[in-house]
Order: sequence, then C-alpha cells, then structure tokens
Amino acid sequence: MLTRLKGGTVYDPMHGVNGEVRDIHVRDGRVVSSPPAGQRIDEEYDLHGKVVMAGAIDPHSHIGGGKVNIARTLLPEDHRPYPVPRTALTRSGTGRAAPSTMTTGYRYAEMGYTAVFEPAMLPANSRQAHMEMADIPIIDKGAYVMLGSDDYLLRMMAAGKTQEEINDYIAYTIVAAQALAVKVVNPGGISAFKFNQRNLDLDEKNSYYGVTPRQILQTLARGVKELGIPHPLHVHGCNLGVPGNMQTTLDTMSGVEGLPVHLTHIQFHSYGTEGDRRFSSGAAQIAEAINRHGHVSADVGQIMFGQTVTASGDNMAQFRNRGIATPNKWVCMDIECDAGCGVVPFRYRDQNFVNALQWAIGLEIFLLVQDPWRVFLTTDHPNGAPFTAYPHLIRLLMDKGFRDASLERLHPEAQAMSTLKSIQREYSLYEIAIMTRAAPSRSLGLSDLGHLGEGAAADITVYTPQDDKERMFERPDYVFKGGTLVARNGRIVKVTDGATHTLRPGFDKAAVKPLREYFDRYHTMRLENFRVSDEEIVNEGRGHVVVNQLRDGSRG
Amino acid sequence: MNPATAAPPTARSDTRTQTSVTCPFCSLLCDDLEVTNRGGSLGVSAGDCARARAGFEREYTVQPPQIGGRSVSLEEAVAAAVRLLRGARHPLYGGLGTDVAGMRGLLALADKTGGIVDHMLGDSMYRNILAMQDRGWILTTMTEVRNRADVVVFANLDAVSDHPRFFERNIWNADSMFGLPTKSRQVVYLGEGLNTRPGISPDGRKPLHLKNEPERLGELIGALRALLAGQSLQAEAVAGVRVSALMKLLGIMKGAKYGVIIWSPPRLPFASADLIVEAICDLVKELNAQTRFSGFALGGNEGILTAGAVCAWQSGYQLRTDFGAGFPEFDPTRNATARLLENDDVDLLMWTATFLAGHTPPATRAPTILLAPPLPSVDSRCAVYIPVGTPGVDHRGQMCRVDNVVSLPLHQVRESALPSVAGVCDLLLQSL
Ligand code: SF4
Ligand SMILES: [Zn+2]
Repeated sequence: MLTRLKGGTVYDPMHGVNGEVRDIHVRDGRVVSSPPAGQRIDEEYDLHGKVVMAGAIDPHSHIGGGKVNIARTLLPEDHRPYPVPRTALTRSGTGRAAPSTMTTGYRYAEMGYTAVFEPAMLPANSRQAHMEMADIPIIDKGAYVMLGSDDYLLRMMAAGKTQEEINDYIAYTIVAAQALAVKVVNPGGISAFKFNQRNLDLDEKNSYYGVTPRQILQTLARGVKELGIPHPLHVHGCNLGVPGNMQTTLDTMSGVEGLPVHLTHIQFHSYGTEGDRRFSSGAAQIAEAINRHGHVSADVGQIMFGQTVTASGDNMAQFRNRGIATPNKWVCMDIECDAGCGVVPFRYRDQNFVNALQWAIGLEIFLLVQDPWRVFLTTDHPNGAPFTAYPHLIRLLMDKGFRDASLERLHPEAQAMSTLKSIQREYSLYEIAIMTRAAPSRSLGLSDLGHLGEGAAADITVYTPQDDKERMFERPDYVFKGGTLVARNGRIVKVTDGATHTLRPGFDKAAVKPLREYFDRYHTMRLENFRVSDEEIVNEGRGHVVVNQLRDGSRG
Repeated sequence: MNPATAAPPTARSDTRTQTSVTCPFCSLLCDDLEVTNRGGSLGVSAGDCARARAGFEREYTVQPPQIGGRSVSLEEAVAAAVRLLRGARHPLYGGLGTDVAGMRGLLALADKTGGIVDHMLGDSMYRNILAMQDRGWILTTMTEVRNRADVVVFANLDAVSDHPRFFERNIWNADSMFGLPTKSRQVVYLGEGLNTRPGISPDGRKPLHLKNEPERLGELIGALRALLAGQSLQAEAVAGVRVSALMKLLGIMKGAKYGVIIWSPPRLPFASADLIVEAICDLVKELNAQTRFSGFALGGNEGILTAGAVCAWQSGYQLRTDFGAGFPEFDPTRNATARLLENDDVDLLMWTATFLAGHTPPATRAPTILLAPPLPSVDSRCAVYIPVGTPGVDHRGQMCRVDNVVSLPLHQVRESALPSVAGVCDLLLQSL
C-alpha cells in the first residue's frame, strides 16, 4: 500500500530540510522515494499548513526495570488521581510519575514520540527490564546497560587486565543483556557505598579495589569507542546533586582524554557554591565547556514543579538524599555485586530557592549550549519531571515571553541568582527537530529513525502550528508508527508493538570461560540463564529485535 | 528458550538430562538443577532439595478438562468458562500461581471482565507491601548476601522450611568475593521453636539463638532500636530475652561490616505484622547511619512475586487491585480473597495454581473455574476445570526471584500435552 502525506511543511534536520513544503511517500512501513507520475496512491493525507517531523526520540527516560517497578509499588498515591480507563482499543492503567507500562506507551505515542530508551538497565535486572518494556506498546525501545560498579569490572581493573580483555567483557554484557549502549552511574561509587564509603570524588579510590571514578570512566569510554558502540559512554557522573559538583563535571569532561562521552541529566551536575545559600548556577561554565569540547554531548534532565519520584542506580546519592523524601518513604538496594538503586519520591516547589534555581539552571544550559546536535531534551523522567512535561518544556525553550513570565513566579532569590532573563535565545522548530529527533538518532546510531529520508522507518508526527507551542506539541494531528496511523489528535487509534533496539559487538569467545567460572563461584545464577535470549523479547510475536550497526571499522 | 540448554526431548521414550535447569518451586529459583526425563517422568538428580523433588516428580498424567465433574474437550471447557466469565459481574482471579506470561494473560482477562486479582498468599505479602508503602526500606539481594554478609540475623524463621537450599547457596557457600571466610559468618536466630541446625557453620560453630516469643518480635526490635538510640531500658527482659543478650546482639549488629536481617512474611502470622516489618526496616535504616546493613525478605513462593511484579507494571498497583470500575483501583483490605468470598463481593472465582500440589481453591458459593496441573481428584463443585502445565516443567517461561531484582528463564523439561495458563487465557480472550 502506498500512502502520500501531501504538502506538509517538513523539518528533517538529518537531511538539512528546514521547513520546506514536500510530499512524503510511505510503503510497507518505510519512507520511499516519490513514485512515478500516474502511480496509484492508495491513501492520501492532505497536510497543507501542517508541520511534519520524524517521530520523536527520547534518549533518556526511566520507563522499565526494577527501580521503576519499585517506584510504582511504593507510590499508590501517584496513581490514584490518575486512573486511565480501558477502552475497546486500549488497556487500563494508572499513573503520572511512574505510570503503568501500557499507559507509558500510549502517552508517548499520543505526544508524537515513537522511540524511547531506558538508560539504566542493570545487568542483573535486564530480563525484567525487557519484560516490562515488552508491555509498553507502540513505541520502539531499548536500554543502556549499567557498568562501572559491577565487581567483575572492578576486579578486572584492580588485577590490571588489558583494555582488550575488558572490552570483551563489555561486549559480552551488551549482548547478554540485549543493550543498545553503556551507561555508568556514579563510577565505582555504588560499589564504594557497599564498603561504607559515603562520597566518592573523581580521583578518590574505592576503598576495596583502589580504583578511581576517573579510571573507570576512561576505561569504559575507551571500551565503548573501541568496540564501535555508536552511542558514547552515557555518564551519570560523581556527586549528583551536591552543591559545587560543577567542578567535578568540568573535570569529567576534560578528564576523559578526548574520548566521546554523553553527560546525562547534566542539570543535576551543574551546581556552584556561590551566594549566601552556598548554592548557585554553574550553567554558564558547563555550557561553555560543552561548547568547547566537541567530544561531549549532554541531556539536561530539566526539573518541573510538582510531585514526582526520583529513581536512580546511584544508591549512594539517593541514600544521602533520603532526608528530602516527600512523602517520607524511600527505598535503597544493593544489587547482586553488580549495581544498586535508590527510589526517593520528591516534590519540586517553585517557592523553594534550590528547586527554583534548579529549574533555571536547566533552562540556562539548554539556551547556552550553542549546538542543538549535542544537547537533548529530557527531564530524566521521572527524576526531574514526568515525560508528559515535554510540550511545556518545548514552550519554555521556544517562547521567551512565556519563559520570563514563568521565572517571575519563582522564589525571588533564585530569580536574582539566574541569568535566564538576560538570555534572548528562542529555539526554532528546526532546532527542536534536531534535539528531539535527528541528534538522538545520530548519537544512538539508529540509522532508520529520527529522519524522513528514503528507507527511514515511517515514524512520522504531524502537528498544527500554533503560537502556543505547548498545545502544538501536546496533541499532534497524526502520529504514524512504521507507516501505521497510531494516534490522531492526541488519541490512540491503533495499538501496535514496537521493536527492541540492540547491538551485537563481537567478543573473544575465550573471554566467556572466566566469566562463567566467576558466575559459578560467586553468583546465584548461571551465566547461561543470565543471558536474555531473542525469543524472550520476541515473546510469541509481540515484539521484534533490531540489531543496529556498529560504527565503521570496529570489530563485530 | 536458552541456547545453552538442551532442547526438550522429542520422543517420550528418550532419557534426557538437562543441566542448568531453573526450579520454580520456591522463590529462590535455583538454576543449577539437573533434571532427567525418562519417558515423561522426571527425576531431579542434582540440587538435593525435597521441595524441588516434590515439584518435578509430581505425577504426570494427561487428563481431560471437566465441566461439573464430567470429562469434556478443551473447546467445550473453554466455551463453558467463557459463558461464566461473560455472565459474571465481578469475578475474582485468585491463586495466581503462574509465570510472567500466565500473569499477563490473567491480567488481560481481569481488565476485560472487570475483575479483581489476588494471590493465594496475599495475606502474607501484604505484611511487606504495607510496610514498604508506609516507610520504604533498604534491601539487598542474594548474591550480595552470599559474598558480603558477615552478620546474618534470622528473625522468626529458619529459612530452610520454605526455602530448603537457602543456607547451602547463600550462607555456607564455599567461596566469597571479598576475602570473607564464609564459615566465620555470624549467624543469629531470633525466636523460639526454630530449626537452627542449618545455622551451625561447616567447622561446627553454633549460631547465637535468642529465644524470644515469636509474636513479640516487634517488641524485641523496638528494644534494639531504643538501645541503638542510646536509651536505657527499665525492663530486665523483653519478649522473653534478657536485655544483656539484646545488648550483645546490638553490639554484633553494629560491628558488622555488612549485616543482613532476614524475615519472611509467612512466618509473621500475627495481627498488624506489617508494623513488625516496619520496625525491622527502621532498625536497618538507623544502623546505616554508621555501618552498612540491609534487610532481606524471604517468602514469595508459589509465584506471588511474579504475579505482583507484572500487576505492578501493567496496572501501577500491586495485587489486590480491582478492575471493576473500568480502571485499576487498589485496596489491600477490601480486595483480599477471604473477605471477598465471605461477603459474596465476587460472583465467580477463577483459581490458578500451577506449582506445588495442595493449593486448591477455597470453598465458596461462587462458581469456580480451576486452572491447575492434573489432579488425582477434582472437587465436583468446581464448575470448570482445565488441566494446565507447570511453567518450568511442561513449558518454558520467566519468573521473578525472591529479591525482586533477578528474574530467570524457566525451561521446558518434558514434552507435554498440557496447555499453559497463558495459552488458556488467550483462548478465553479470543472468545470473550
Ligand atoms: S531451594 Fe527452592 S528453588 Fe532451590 S531447588 Fe529447592 S525448591 Fe527449588
Ligand atoms: Zn536518568
């Protein structure tokens, strides 16, 4: 079947298309070239006056896996006011900050998102992460596997194993956990917390292994590069949320020896210690450093005011933060000589000085980083805010008047400490298309997603241009997933199953033997049962696995 | 399901042995079993565990479905079940002893028919869930216990009664990662009437045993918290334990590098036991001001953690969720199986129990649909009975382990004519 999307105004930054009126043709779920004149068109959508973009991609959103399910269980009060009734088409569900899986898929699709990536899959928990994601309909998904506090890596580093040997382990873990990228969270710090260390700075040693976060960062970043993993090492740095952590973040950027890194939810890592309250914005310095370091990309982790829940692998930081839990209950876990997690509910308040400044810091970073290809739009769902805040966030970026008016309602001292008002920049639709489509696609190496060129997956979102950008992005006119119309005017019209994106970097089979011995000696699970098979993800035909390409020239 | 595991035998007369088989018969999900299949009957030849043997060696017969005690075809049974589900205003999906796929199927049915979901062990699970939802907790997982724990306190349980291999796998394991000689672990039991023999170390060291009255565990924990906070106690003994012994225990706990306290909700069958769990979790939090200490909850057998996890991710709520309003509503008191049946708040019971024998549906005035492996005899009051396979025996599957972090693949270890719970749910959904 051949479908024509006729006459829309297209924004496709991957191909430099900036607001040009074009037809897009779709056949068998893919974008195809214009058919010869006279070819029968089976279905046509008149999109004159509409804005057309590829489906949006969220590169960092906690949508599935143990800590999300802990957050769901911990907070029935997050769900009670937000029931989602079943319809003839869709399943029931609940929730806002930690929504149920089906609801997650519907809400993302309704907002024009067609691919979302879970950034913190613990190897030990990877099967459950995939089981949860299998129950997220419509959208494509994938996950970044968390390394850096796992005892196997730390033992290898302490024993002076070669980079090559460590790369085999990284590659094996990616394959076994069915991951798309590698994330490090508080490098070595989650392990250090198990040895009762309460902080771990960039050059501080893990008390048992004698290894520092900087060494772990370098080792993993180098491994990721050498293995040809498209996405740079995804870094949740040291000292999350600590006033003054900006310096650690700057040191991290310069300390990876030019290796590509992606610094995630950088807002939480951009704090100074100026002012009476010893808490200030480091956004200018951080943005300047990102501008200067071409090997660095970031996502922001914007906060929004209201109730949410923070869910992180960083149990060292979460334990430190337990006093701010609102409501007053929290969960921390040490996990499987592999990782950890911490879940702390929290309410960001606009009349709270720190929260108000956090809000401003996030926006300052968005607006001061010059290259939209290197800064992605996230709230670190649900840590800064639920992902449903994206349309509001887009309006803040595109509309200075709205932004300034919002700032004026905040804690007055925070207003005084922020440079936000002096920043004139307003994002264009083209820049929004870069940061929500083209840039995450390129960064993750998703060759078929995030653009509208020939051969691309026909994941397409169509908006009605409006002055109020929040309303424009909240409820697209049409959302196509793989060429199928799945949402219309912000309502689901068809439920499909998305793909799971993975990689298959090569590894020396000889590397498996010591790993198997390690599992047999120390673990409570056999290595062969640790590995998540394709069949488990495909799950009676409900999903499918996409193996993405490694970067050119890498082994595989 | 798993490339490294042998495919299921193809002919009934084969003798085949599979290794690294996962055991679904308690929540430890040991995955080091060797299961030998001789013409369809199974022997567990590794993993010396009576519970696992009882599960795997349960007699395999092929039995037709039944309607009111009369043998019928699967199609007839499904049609009868569909009629009952259609006619029900408020069905209860009880038992819930199944795997992830089975639970997905049962939740789809509950959503479609406006039913309630609760597990056969729901009462005990809620001792944990209520405590967690009130205060949160610090927990650890099996591999951490195995490698890291230098002090392990068993609060009102011996662990082995419900999880026979717990000590073998997590306490007296030969090797540990951080130079801790496992036989030097300090094991402590709280509570009289426990089997403490498994707590004797391989080199013969006896565990410390404080014989408190079990139902007064909460008082004992409260006293430990008071002592930890630096208060002095007026009484000479608490819950039957001398304060001097409590001081000694507290010293051991404070001196731990990585301590773990283990409890099990089914072993706290007391009113307001959630408050005992809360007290334990608060004690753990307070100990972490100085050292590292974690909680660990045992229990979770018969698939309750799997059922709860799937329900949580699909609905946002744990079990005892009601879909009757067209959306999920959570009420752990109102939606308890015993209460619902007693008050006739539900008009149909669909009961699923695929693991150990003996978990039969409770007596009820509501008609009952039963999904269970072949039974020697079926209560004729059961309106529809559909024999199903056991996940991890008759078909492959996935389950969540006791620590709620690790989940394991279940393997098919014999060829089986029995449908899975998920398969039956699919048939029902297609006709509803
Ligand atoms: S301890 Fe539990 S999981 Fe392990 S073999 Fe025995 S019954 Fe099975
Ligand atoms: Zn995150």
